[in-house]
Amino acid sequence: MKQGGLVAFLAMGGYGFYVWTSYALAAIAVAVEIVAVRARLRAATKSVSGSERAMVLPDDTQ
Amino acid sequence: MRPMSAIAWFKLASPASFFPLARRLVPWFGAAAAVLTAAGLWIGLIVAPTDAQQGDAYRIIFIHVPAAWMSMFIYVVMAFWCAVSLTFNTRLAAMLAQALAPTGAMFTFLALVTGALWGKPAWGTYWAWDARMTSELILLFLYFGYMALRNAIDDPRRADRASAVLALVGVVNVPIIYFSVKWWNTLHQGASVSLTSAPTMAVTMLTGMLVMAFAAWFYAIAITLLRVQAIIAEREKNTSWIGEMVPRTR
Repeated sequence: MKQGGLVAFLAMGGYGFYVWTSYALAAIAVAVEIVAVRARLRAATKSVSGSERAMVLPDDTQ
Repeated sequence: MRPMSAIAWFKLASPASFFPLARRLVPWFGAAAAVLTAAGLWIGLIVAPTDAQQGDAYRIIFIHVPAAWMSMFIYVVMAFWCAVSLTFNTRLAAMLAQALAPTGAMFTFLALVTGALWGKPAWGTYWAWDARMTSELILLFLYFGYMALRNAIDDPRRADRASAVLALVGVVNVPIIYFSVKWWNTLHQGASVSLTSAPTMAVTMLTGMLVMAFAAWFYAIAITLLRVQAIIAEREKNTSWIGEMVPRTR
Protein backbone atom coordinates (compact mmCIF):
# COMPACT_ATOMS: atom_id res chain seq x y z
CA MET A 1 0.00 0.00 0.00
CA LYS A 2 1.45 3.33 -1.03
CA GLN A 3 0.13 6.85 -0.53
CA GLY A 4 -3.65 7.24 -0.50
CA GLY A 5 -4.28 4.95 2.45
CA LEU A 6 -7.31 2.78 3.06
CA VAL A 7 -9.73 4.56 0.70
CA ALA A 8 -7.40 4.15 -2.26
CA PHE A 9 -6.76 0.54 -1.26
CA LEU A 10 -10.49 -0.25 -1.19
CA ALA A 11 -11.07 1.59 -4.47
CA MET A 12 -8.53 -0.68 -6.26
CA GLY A 13 -7.97 1.97 -8.91
CA GLY A 14 -11.67 1.95 -9.82
CA TYR A 15 -11.92 -1.86 -10.01
CA GLY A 16 -12.99 -2.29 -6.37
CA PHE A 17 -16.34 -3.89 -7.23
CA TYR A 18 -14.78 -6.64 -9.39
CA VAL A 19 -11.83 -7.33 -7.09
CA TRP A 20 -13.70 -7.33 -3.76
CA THR A 21 -16.67 -9.30 -5.10
CA SER A 22 -14.22 -12.00 -6.24
CA TYR A 23 -12.46 -12.14 -2.87
CA ALA A 24 -15.75 -12.01 -0.92
CA LEU A 25 -17.30 -14.86 -2.95
CA ALA A 26 -14.21 -17.01 -2.37
CA ALA A 27 -14.33 -16.29 1.38
CA ILE A 28 -18.07 -17.04 1.56
CA ALA A 29 -17.72 -20.27 -0.45
CA VAL A 30 -14.93 -21.56 1.80
CA ALA A 31 -16.76 -20.54 5.01
CA VAL A 32 -20.02 -22.20 3.89
CA GLU A 33 -18.16 -25.39 2.95
CA ILE A 34 -16.37 -25.60 6.32
CA VAL A 35 -19.63 -25.08 8.27
CA ALA A 36 -21.52 -27.58 6.10
CA VAL A 37 -18.88 -30.32 6.33
CA ARG A 38 -18.55 -29.90 10.11
CA ALA A 39 -22.33 -30.17 10.50
CA ARG A 40 -22.37 -33.28 8.29
CA LEU A 41 -19.62 -34.93 10.36
CA ARG A 42 -21.42 -34.06 13.60
CA ALA A 43 -24.69 -35.53 12.30
CA ALA A 44 -22.94 -38.65 11.00
CA THR A 45 -21.12 -39.37 14.27
CA LYS A 46 -24.30 -38.67 16.26
CA SER A 47 -26.24 -41.24 14.26
CA VAL A 48 -23.48 -43.77 14.91
CA SER A 49 -23.43 -43.28 18.67
CA GLY A 50 -27.20 -42.92 18.88
CA SER A 51 -29.95 -45.51 19.23
CA GLU A 52 -28.94 -47.50 16.14
CA ARG A 53 -25.68 -48.57 17.71
CA ALA A 54 -27.28 -50.48 20.55
CA MET A 55 -29.45 -52.24 17.99
CA VAL A 56 -26.60 -53.16 15.67
CA LEU A 57 -23.72 -54.05 17.95
CA PRO A 58 -24.93 -57.52 19.08
CA ASP A 59 -25.07 -58.67 15.43
CA ASP A 60 -21.57 -57.50 14.72
CA THR A 61 -19.84 -59.19 17.60
CA GLN A 62 -20.13 -62.63 16.05
CA MET B 1 9.74 -53.46 -2.04
CA ARG B 2 9.44 -55.69 0.99
CA PRO B 3 6.12 -57.48 1.41
CA MET B 4 5.72 -55.70 4.77
CA SER B 5 5.13 -52.34 3.13
CA ALA B 6 2.53 -53.77 0.78
CA ILE B 7 0.64 -55.16 3.75
CA ALA B 8 0.80 -51.82 5.56
CA TRP B 9 -0.72 -50.02 2.57
CA PHE B 10 -3.65 -52.38 2.32
CA LYS B 11 -4.25 -52.06 6.05
CA LEU B 12 -4.29 -48.26 5.70
CA ALA B 13 -6.73 -48.60 2.81
CA SER B 14 -9.49 -49.82 5.12
CA PRO B 15 -11.94 -47.16 6.32
CA ALA B 16 -11.42 -48.35 9.92
CA SER B 17 -7.72 -47.42 9.96
CA PHE B 18 -8.05 -44.37 7.70
CA PHE B 19 -10.72 -42.70 9.86
CA PRO B 20 -8.43 -41.93 12.86
CA LEU B 21 -5.57 -40.98 10.52
CA ALA B 22 -7.76 -38.45 8.69
CA ARG B 23 -8.89 -37.07 12.03
CA ARG B 24 -5.27 -36.47 13.10
CA LEU B 25 -4.20 -34.89 9.78
CA VAL B 26 -7.01 -32.32 9.35
CA PRO B 27 -5.68 -29.69 11.86
CA TRP B 28 -2.21 -29.73 10.27
CA PHE B 29 -3.41 -29.23 6.71
CA GLY B 30 -5.97 -26.69 7.91
CA ALA B 31 -3.31 -24.67 9.75
CA ALA B 32 -0.99 -24.77 6.73
CA ALA B 33 -3.84 -23.53 4.53
CA ALA B 34 -4.61 -20.66 6.93
CA VAL B 35 -0.97 -19.50 7.15
CA LEU B 36 -0.49 -19.72 3.37
CA THR B 37 -3.76 -17.84 2.73
CA ALA B 38 -2.67 -15.01 5.04
CA ALA B 39 0.75 -14.81 3.34
CA GLY B 40 -0.78 -15.03 -0.15
CA LEU B 41 -3.32 -12.27 0.55
CA TRP B 42 -0.59 -10.04 1.95
CA ILE B 43 1.61 -10.55 -1.13
CA GLY B 44 -1.29 -10.30 -3.58
CA LEU B 45 -3.12 -7.29 -2.16
CA ILE B 46 -0.33 -5.24 -0.56
CA VAL B 47 3.15 -6.21 -1.83
CA ALA B 48 2.43 -6.86 -5.51
CA PRO B 49 2.49 -3.66 -7.59
CA THR B 50 -0.37 -2.37 -9.74
CA ASP B 51 -0.24 -3.84 -13.25
CA ALA B 52 0.77 -1.39 -15.98
CA GLN B 53 -1.92 -2.57 -18.41
CA GLN B 54 -4.77 -3.82 -16.23
CA GLY B 55 -4.50 -1.61 -13.16
CA ASP B 56 -5.64 -3.33 -9.96
CA ALA B 57 -8.26 -5.49 -11.71
CA TYR B 58 -5.55 -8.12 -12.29
CA ARG B 59 -5.52 -8.85 -8.51
CA ILE B 60 -8.44 -11.23 -9.18
CA ILE B 61 -5.71 -13.54 -10.52
CA PHE B 62 -4.78 -14.55 -6.95
CA ILE B 63 -8.22 -16.16 -6.54
CA HIS B 64 -8.99 -17.04 -10.16
CA VAL B 65 -5.89 -19.02 -11.18
CA PRO B 66 -5.58 -21.15 -7.99
CA ALA B 67 -9.33 -21.91 -8.19
CA ALA B 68 -9.06 -22.87 -11.87
CA TRP B 69 -6.01 -25.07 -11.24
CA MET B 70 -7.74 -26.82 -8.33
CA SER B 71 -10.92 -27.34 -10.35
CA MET B 72 -8.96 -29.42 -12.88
CA PHE B 73 -6.51 -31.01 -10.45
CA ILE B 74 -9.25 -32.22 -8.05
CA TYR B 75 -11.13 -33.75 -10.98
CA VAL B 76 -8.04 -35.73 -12.04
CA VAL B 77 -7.45 -36.93 -8.46
CA MET B 78 -11.15 -37.85 -8.17
CA ALA B 79 -10.98 -39.81 -11.44
CA PHE B 80 -7.80 -41.54 -10.18
CA TRP B 81 -9.58 -42.75 -7.01
CA CYS B 82 -12.55 -43.81 -9.16
CA ALA B 83 -10.17 -45.91 -11.30
CA VAL B 84 -8.65 -47.44 -8.15
CA SER B 85 -12.09 -48.24 -6.74
CA LEU B 86 -13.20 -49.89 -10.00
CA THR B 87 -9.95 -51.87 -10.38
CA PHE B 88 -9.37 -53.07 -6.81
CA ASN B 89 -12.95 -52.74 -5.54
CA THR B 90 -11.76 -50.79 -2.49
CA ARG B 91 -14.37 -48.84 -0.56
CA LEU B 92 -11.98 -46.17 0.73
CA ALA B 93 -10.98 -45.11 -2.81
CA ALA B 94 -14.65 -44.59 -3.70
CA MET B 95 -15.19 -42.67 -0.46
CA LEU B 96 -12.25 -40.36 -1.25
CA ALA B 97 -13.64 -39.67 -4.73
CA GLN B 98 -17.03 -38.95 -3.15
CA ALA B 99 -15.36 -36.58 -0.66
CA LEU B 100 -13.47 -34.66 -3.37
CA ALA B 101 -16.41 -33.88 -5.68
CA PRO B 102 -18.13 -31.03 -3.74
CA THR B 103 -14.82 -29.21 -3.19
CA GLY B 104 -13.95 -29.60 -6.86
CA ALA B 105 -17.33 -28.18 -7.80
CA MET B 106 -16.79 -25.27 -5.38
CA PHE B 107 -13.45 -24.37 -6.99
CA THR B 108 -14.95 -24.70 -10.49
CA PHE B 109 -17.76 -22.33 -9.50
CA LEU B 110 -15.20 -19.84 -8.12
CA ALA B 111 -13.04 -20.09 -11.25
CA LEU B 112 -16.08 -19.34 -13.44
CA VAL B 113 -17.45 -16.48 -11.31
CA THR B 114 -14.10 -14.76 -10.69
CA GLY B 115 -13.33 -15.23 -14.39
CA ALA B 116 -16.55 -13.40 -15.25
CA LEU B 117 -15.73 -10.63 -12.75
CA TRP B 118 -12.30 -10.27 -14.34
CA GLY B 119 -13.62 -10.54 -17.89
CA LYS B 120 -15.87 -7.50 -17.53
CA PRO B 121 -13.07 -4.96 -16.84
CA ALA B 122 -10.50 -6.78 -19.03
CA TRP B 123 -12.56 -7.70 -22.11
CA GLY B 124 -15.80 -5.75 -21.63
CA THR B 125 -17.95 -8.84 -21.15
CA TYR B 126 -18.78 -11.17 -18.25
CA TRP B 127 -19.13 -14.21 -20.46
CA ALA B 128 -18.28 -15.48 -23.92
CA TRP B 129 -18.84 -18.96 -25.33
CA ASP B 130 -15.16 -19.47 -26.03
CA ALA B 131 -13.48 -22.87 -25.67
CA ARG B 132 -11.83 -22.23 -22.28
CA MET B 133 -14.97 -20.94 -20.58
CA THR B 134 -17.34 -23.45 -22.18
CA SER B 135 -15.15 -26.44 -21.26
CA GLU B 136 -14.79 -25.13 -17.68
CA LEU B 137 -18.59 -24.85 -17.49
CA ILE B 138 -18.82 -28.46 -18.71
CA LEU B 139 -16.45 -29.39 -15.85
CA LEU B 140 -18.93 -27.87 -13.37
CA PHE B 141 -21.73 -29.96 -14.93
CA LEU B 142 -19.54 -33.08 -14.71
CA TYR B 143 -19.09 -32.52 -10.97
CA PHE B 144 -22.86 -31.94 -10.58
CA GLY B 145 -23.61 -35.03 -12.69
CA TYR B 146 -21.25 -37.16 -10.60
CA MET B 147 -22.85 -36.03 -7.34
CA ALA B 148 -26.41 -36.33 -8.69
CA LEU B 149 -25.78 -39.87 -9.97
CA ARG B 150 -24.36 -40.91 -6.59
CA ASN B 151 -27.37 -39.50 -4.77
CA ALA B 152 -29.81 -41.15 -7.19
CA ILE B 153 -28.59 -44.70 -6.39
CA ASP B 154 -29.50 -46.05 -2.96
CA ASP B 155 -26.98 -48.92 -2.79
CA PRO B 156 -23.62 -47.24 -2.04
CA ARG B 157 -21.54 -49.91 -3.81
CA ARG B 158 -23.59 -49.61 -7.00
CA ALA B 159 -23.39 -45.81 -6.69
CA ASP B 160 -19.59 -46.14 -6.40
CA ARG B 161 -19.34 -48.07 -9.66
CA ALA B 162 -21.80 -46.03 -11.72
CA SER B 163 -20.40 -42.66 -10.64
CA ALA B 164 -16.82 -43.89 -11.14
CA VAL B 165 -17.58 -44.70 -14.79
CA LEU B 166 -19.09 -41.23 -15.26
CA ALA B 167 -16.06 -39.55 -13.64
CA LEU B 168 -13.64 -41.54 -15.83
CA VAL B 169 -15.50 -40.70 -19.04
CA GLY B 170 -15.52 -37.03 -18.05
CA VAL B 171 -11.78 -36.87 -17.48
CA VAL B 172 -11.25 -36.29 -21.24
CA ASN B 173 -12.60 -32.79 -20.61
CA VAL B 174 -9.60 -31.80 -18.42
CA PRO B 175 -6.95 -31.72 -21.20
CA ILE B 176 -9.52 -29.95 -23.39
CA ILE B 177 -9.79 -27.18 -20.76
CA TYR B 178 -6.04 -26.99 -20.30
CA PHE B 179 -5.08 -26.87 -23.98
CA SER B 180 -8.16 -24.97 -25.19
CA VAL B 181 -6.24 -21.69 -25.29
CA LYS B 182 -3.71 -23.31 -27.65
CA TRP B 183 -6.04 -25.38 -29.81
CA TRP B 184 -8.60 -22.66 -30.44
CA ASN B 185 -8.39 -18.92 -30.87
CA THR B 186 -9.97 -17.99 -27.55
CA LEU B 187 -10.86 -14.71 -25.92
CA HIS B 188 -9.20 -16.15 -22.83
CA GLN B 189 -5.45 -15.50 -22.72
CA GLY B 190 -2.83 -18.26 -22.92
CA ALA B 191 -1.03 -19.74 -19.92
CA SER B 192 0.88 -17.22 -17.80
CA VAL B 193 2.94 -19.98 -16.21
CA SER B 194 4.21 -23.10 -17.97
CA LEU B 195 6.91 -25.67 -17.43
CA THR B 196 8.54 -25.05 -20.79
CA SER B 197 9.01 -21.28 -20.82
CA ALA B 198 9.76 -18.40 -18.48
CA PRO B 199 6.72 -16.89 -16.75
CA THR B 200 5.30 -13.81 -18.47
CA MET B 201 4.64 -12.00 -15.22
CA ALA B 202 6.44 -10.12 -12.44
CA VAL B 203 8.10 -12.14 -9.71
CA THR B 204 5.94 -10.84 -6.83
CA MET B 205 2.76 -11.53 -8.81
CA LEU B 206 3.95 -15.05 -9.58
CA THR B 207 4.94 -15.63 -5.94
CA GLY B 208 1.54 -14.47 -4.67
CA MET B 209 -0.23 -16.72 -7.17
CA LEU B 210 1.83 -19.78 -6.22
CA VAL B 211 1.39 -19.16 -2.47
CA MET B 212 -2.39 -18.89 -2.97
CA ALA B 213 -2.29 -22.06 -5.09
CA PHE B 214 -0.56 -23.96 -2.26
CA ALA B 215 -3.09 -22.51 0.20
CA ALA B 216 -5.92 -23.82 -1.99
CA TRP B 217 -4.17 -27.18 -2.22
CA PHE B 218 -3.81 -27.59 1.55
CA TYR B 219 -7.37 -26.37 2.08
CA ALA B 220 -8.65 -28.97 -0.38
CA ILE B 221 -6.74 -31.73 1.43
CA ALA B 222 -8.02 -30.59 4.86
CA ILE B 223 -11.68 -30.28 3.84
CA THR B 224 -11.57 -33.59 1.93
CA LEU B 225 -10.13 -35.41 4.95
CA LEU B 226 -12.87 -33.86 7.09
CA ARG B 227 -15.62 -34.80 4.64
CA VAL B 228 -14.33 -38.34 4.17
CA GLN B 229 -14.71 -38.88 7.94
CA ALA B 230 -18.38 -37.95 7.63
CA ILE B 231 -18.78 -40.27 4.63
CA ILE B 232 -17.07 -43.15 6.45
CA ALA B 233 -19.28 -42.60 9.52
CA GLU B 234 -22.41 -42.48 7.32
CA ARG B 235 -21.55 -45.59 5.36
CA GLU B 236 -20.03 -47.68 8.15
CA LYS B 237 -22.50 -46.79 10.88
CA ASN B 238 -23.73 -50.38 11.10
CA THR B 239 -20.27 -51.76 11.88
CA SER B 240 -18.95 -52.32 15.38
CA TRP B 241 -15.60 -50.53 14.90
CA ILE B 242 -17.12 -47.13 14.17
CA GLY B 243 -19.43 -47.46 17.15
CA GLU B 244 -16.39 -48.03 19.34
CA MET B 245 -14.37 -45.26 17.77
CA VAL B 246 -16.83 -42.40 17.73
CA PRO B 247 -17.80 -42.06 21.42
CA ARG B 248 -14.24 -42.64 22.56
CA THR B 249 -12.57 -39.99 20.42
CA ARG B 250 -15.36 -37.44 20.52
